[in-house]
Amino acid sequence: MEERIIIAGFGGQGVMAMGQLLTYAGMIEGKHVSWLPSYGPEMRGGTANCSVIVSSEPVGSPVVVNSTTAIVMNKPSLDKFEPSVNKGGRLFINSSLIEQKSKRDDIEVYYISANEIADELGNMRVANMVMLGAYLEATKTVDVESVLEGFTKVFGENRAHLIPINKEALERGAQAVREQMKANV
Amino acid sequence: MAKVLMKGNEAIGAAAIKAGCKYFFGYPITPQSELPEYMARELPKVGGVFLQAESEIAAINMVYGAAGAGVRVMTSSSSPGISLKQEGISYIAGAELPCVIVNIMRGGPGLGSIQPSQTDYFQATRGGGNGDYRLVVLAPANVQELVDLIIEGFDIADQYRNPVMILGDGMIGQMMEPVEFREPKRRDLPEKDWATTGTQGKRKPNIINSLYLQPEELEEHNKRLQAKYKAIMENEVKVESYNIEDADVVIAAYGTTSRIARTAISQLEEEGYKVGLIRPITLWPYPYDEFEKINPNCKGILTVEMNTGQMLDDVKIAVKGKHPVYFYGRTGGMVPTPNEIIEKVKEIYGGEK
Repeated sequence: MEERIIIAGFGGQGVMAMGQLLTYAGMIEGKHVSWLPSYGPEMRGGTANCSVIVSSEPVGSPVVVNSTTAIVMNKPSLDKFEPSVNKGGRLFINSSLIEQKSKRDDIEVYYISANEIADELGNMRVANMVMLGAYLEATKTVDVESVLEGFTKVFGENRAHLIPINKEALERGAQAVREQMKANV
Repeated sequence: MAKVLMKGNEAIGAAAIKAGCKYFFGYPITPQSELPEYMARELPKVGGVFLQAESEIAAINMVYGAAGAGVRVMTSSSSPGISLKQEGISYIAGAELPCVIVNIMRGGPGLGSIQPSQTDYFQATRGGGNGDYRLVVLAPANVQELVDLIIEGFDIADQYRNPVMILGDGMIGQMMEPVEFREPKRRDLPEKDWATTGTQGKRKPNIINSLYLQPEELEEHNKRLQAKYKAIMENEVKVESYNIEDADVVIAAYGTTSRIARTAISQLEEEGYKVGLIRPITLWPYPYDEFEKINPNCKGILTVEMNTGQMLDDVKIAVKGKHPVYFYGRTGGMVPTPNEIIEKVKEIYGGEK
């Protein structure tokens, strides 16, 4: 098993944190993991992305060129990373901000209205967790419990009070995927 | 202790503190600034000193002073900043002082870029400063190894009274991987009876110096240095090899590039190619002897670097003309992909497996 994931969006959408949570969860489960951020002369509102690898084997190159999964939070990220998803791979699109449909018919595509769902939960900042929940439901790469266990490691003990809302966001993302799967049958 | 997920740059700081380093003098530069940031936060907690100097030149001379006082001390920078430190590094090597210097390389020449590169291999292994001196140069390929080499690096520095350089790149500095801070095997180290710690009126003053105006004295000093370097060459070579006795093509790569080579090798093996890997962990002293073990019928050695061919020179010295030597490199902060390496290996195979 080797998941090679690209997570991309605007700076501030929590794409780096999403990647770190997934990486931490993989480590907790004893898998081989790496997390590599894009870095550069970035500007506010610019794009950010990270490469995450969760594998049963030691990680070779930490750079994800061709992904098994791409999670895109905004339109520029869709344009940039849609073409490099491996055939048979998965693409998670934040349909709250991206109206466009995927051009690919050789991959599984999930449309998650992450911002709307986060808004319903009363905290726009958990949109990333909605996407992560959707990803975990579709791929089962790691358990949701492991992500929650890693939560305070990434955000600090003083953020522990935010676990319930984040847990709910993960669950709502998972629910969105289940509904889509049912609709596609 | 349980594993934690850490960014390379922060792991360097944590490892240094674990090794008993309490003093850090530096100046920020991408892509290593998380390290001084970490030290600024953590060193005061252990009774240490973090000082952001007014320049790289000031920082390395503060390291010179602290090392002369016999304490464990570190500085870090990235390529152009390390260039600024060369004068001080030469002085520290000349005065035979132990310290650890971290270079998280970025693209060059000049200010270059802030993306990962390996363009300072010559500078690190051939001496960027003046004089016949050597640094022990350690090149980790993952964050765990980075931690282990930092801790051992302080011991090597103390054992030989010599500066040790950790040569990483922007990728290993920025990436996060699980690390464990194991209790290291400590070396039996000599007393630092040469340090300038104050005579208390009980002994003659120790003098830290790299100036010898009498040619006879300076030649003696150089002979002593060379004898030390010879001992390091005999005792401190580190290398990891994979399948080199049986391979048709052997890749030579270090640091993060070796990981990309490893991914390429796995994919080539699935297609039936036999490809080995030599990964030097010490770039000086260089593991020349390891190349003697390569399959005599090997079609060629492929050196892969994020530069235009620097370690390539050492590979040629090691191979002694026995095998053809090829090169593949990317520059400017571009990172080679496994597919590019695979194509190059297939080219060396010349169409026959």
